[in-house]
Amino acid sequence: MTGSGSAPLVRLTGVGKNYGNVIALREVDLQVSAGEVTCVLGDNGAGKSTLIKIVAGLHRHDTGTYEVEGRRVSLASPREALDLGIATVYQDLAVVPLMPVWRNFFLGSEKRRGLGRLDVPYMRRTTRSELLGMGIDLRDVDQPIGTLSGGERQCVAIARAVHFGAKVLVLDEPTAALGVKQAGVVLRYIVQARERGLGVILITHNPHHAYPVGDRFLILNRGRVIGHHTKDEITREELTALMAGGAELEQLAHELEHTASGAAAARELAKGAEDLRPPPAP
Amino acid sequence: MSQAVLKSAAAADERLARRSPLRRLAGRPEFGALLGAAVLFAFFSVVADAFLRASSFSTVLYAASTFGIMAVSVALLMIGGEFDLSAGVMVTTGALVAALVSYQLTLNVWVGVVISLVVTLGLGLLNGLLYVRTGLPSFIVTLGTFLMLAGANLGVTKLVTGNVASDSIRDMDGFDAARAVFAADLDVGGVRVNVTVLWWLLFVAVATWILLRTRTGNWIFACGGAPGSARAVGVPVARVKVGLFMGVAFTAWFSGMHLLFAYSSVQSGEGVGNEFYYIICAVIGGCLLTGGYGSAIGAAIGAFIFGMTSKGIVYAEWNPDWFKFFLGAMLLLATVVNLVVRRRAEPSR
Repeated sequence: MTGSGSAPLVRLTGVGKNYGNVIALREVDLQVSAGEVTCVLGDNGAGKSTLIKIVAGLHRHDTGTYEVEGRRVSLASPREALDLGIATVYQDLAVVPLMPVWRNFFLGSEKRRGLGRLDVPYMRRTTRSELLGMGIDLRDVDQPIGTLSGGERQCVAIARAVHFGAKVLVLDEPTAALGVKQAGVVLRYIVQARERGLGVILITHNPHHAYPVGDRFLILNRGRVIGHHTKDEITREELTALMAGGAELEQLAHELEHTASGAAAARELAKGAEDLRPPPAP
Repeated sequence: MSQAVLKSAAAADERLARRSPLRRLAGRPEFGALLGAAVLFAFFSVVADAFLRASSFSTVLYAASTFGIMAVSVALLMIGGEFDLSAGVMVTTGALVAALVSYQLTLNVWVGVVISLVVTLGLGLLNGLLYVRTGLPSFIVTLGTFLMLAGANLGVTKLVTGNVASDSIRDMDGFDAARAVFAADLDVGGVRVNVTVLWWLLFVAVATWILLRTRTGNWIFACGGAPGSARAVGVPVARVKVGLFMGVAFTAWFSGMHLLFAYSSVQSGEGVGNEFYYIICAVIGGCLLTGGYGSAIGAAIGAFIFGMTSKGIVYAEWNPDWFKFFLGAMLLLATVVNLVVRRRAEPSR
């Protein structure tokens, strides 16, 4: 952005974090450059949320270095992160369902003309054009944001972060609560953000969502990095396998066997019950 | 890229079906109330011959304005997600403070008016701070201050005057000027209209402007609709709520001044129960009990319905006991309409 195109927007090197005697994160390297999507994958408890809390400025890291555009930082608050252009979109999105889309878009950063008057035409226009620019054409920016689908709401929250100067977007499980189609909308939007030259850190536990949009993949397990790959180094299958993680895959197979025999037993039972029941009504 | 944007902009416009003005109106919070008001107006016009006379209409407007002034600020507070049960007795408190201070210290009534303003705003601030600091529901906090004020109104008045009413301040300095401001009867084309009607319209206009055209209005909606989200994007939720409680206190002061200068003395037991009428006006006017939705114009229409019902029953020469029955029915109807609105706007997952 400032000529030093080589320095990544965000780079963590050997970052660790302890909560008392609990080691939540150890020796994690992560980087995202402009126009790049870095996916952080991991199961529950892998340390994903700790990692994004450090990036977002909610927690300070204990060891290692955190660099923003080549400069070492230690963030004390989300506000500081925002000032550096790092915007985090959390799962609850921070929107007010009953308010119009444009009011939500500018909430907390309202544009005003003299006398404290809101510049309503500007805000309506900007909301519409910002969303259009990212490929979302809303029928009506005056409709309550609660009437949008989950995916669209996610997109509005992201577009808001982009409009207010984000260079790096941190997205916390943006597709977790969404159906297949809506997850697709959000993923397409992430690609749009990348094409605009933003760096995106995408936190997810779904390799099928991460693989199509990601440029780099960081796989966490129990607070450690168990894989760091660029897209050309890894296939979707390998990524999925890594997610489950070597030894744990065996464990999983074992459990599946368990449930398989359980399912078989259940089938037997169901069959016996079927014979006693009268035929179902058409 | 700009071409793509242009193209999709055109596409968006195509998809946006033109809505008739009536449909657009139907989407507004006050629509149900407007419909109800029209029906009620037609109804009383038919059953009560006296109802359509200009003088009757002015009486209806007067009744509507006295409750409507309070309903405006109560509606803003409800949109902000809170209740104020002390609003009814606070009106009496405001009037009593002005009356007692002016009379006992033999001051110009305007001094009493100003001291009353300071005291009442202080009470609003207290309500707000108690709510913000304790984190208790505003229902409980203001129920407490409601009881305390109701008791103090009676207790202090008896202690000072030895009576349940304040002494008359009719012949004190400044009374006539104050009466002209707070309780004058104006002559509008041969019909006597109380000045409160004008104040009411002014307050509704100001509140509407604040709600729809200022940042504060945006924040009020956000604080009521989703306080957590509002805080996350940097809205000072506590400050907004304290301000709303003080807004209620301000209109309580104004209503108290009207009460005092219309009758020159104040009954200290008055006002109990009125807080519910204010809330009813706001709810009939489309405010959601859960906050985040509503309008000042709706609250005004709610107050108008209130005025029509209370006076219309008198003009129809019915037993006034039926007033509360009517009001209750209106309230239920309005709440059902609100529920439908809310369902339509709820996240569709």
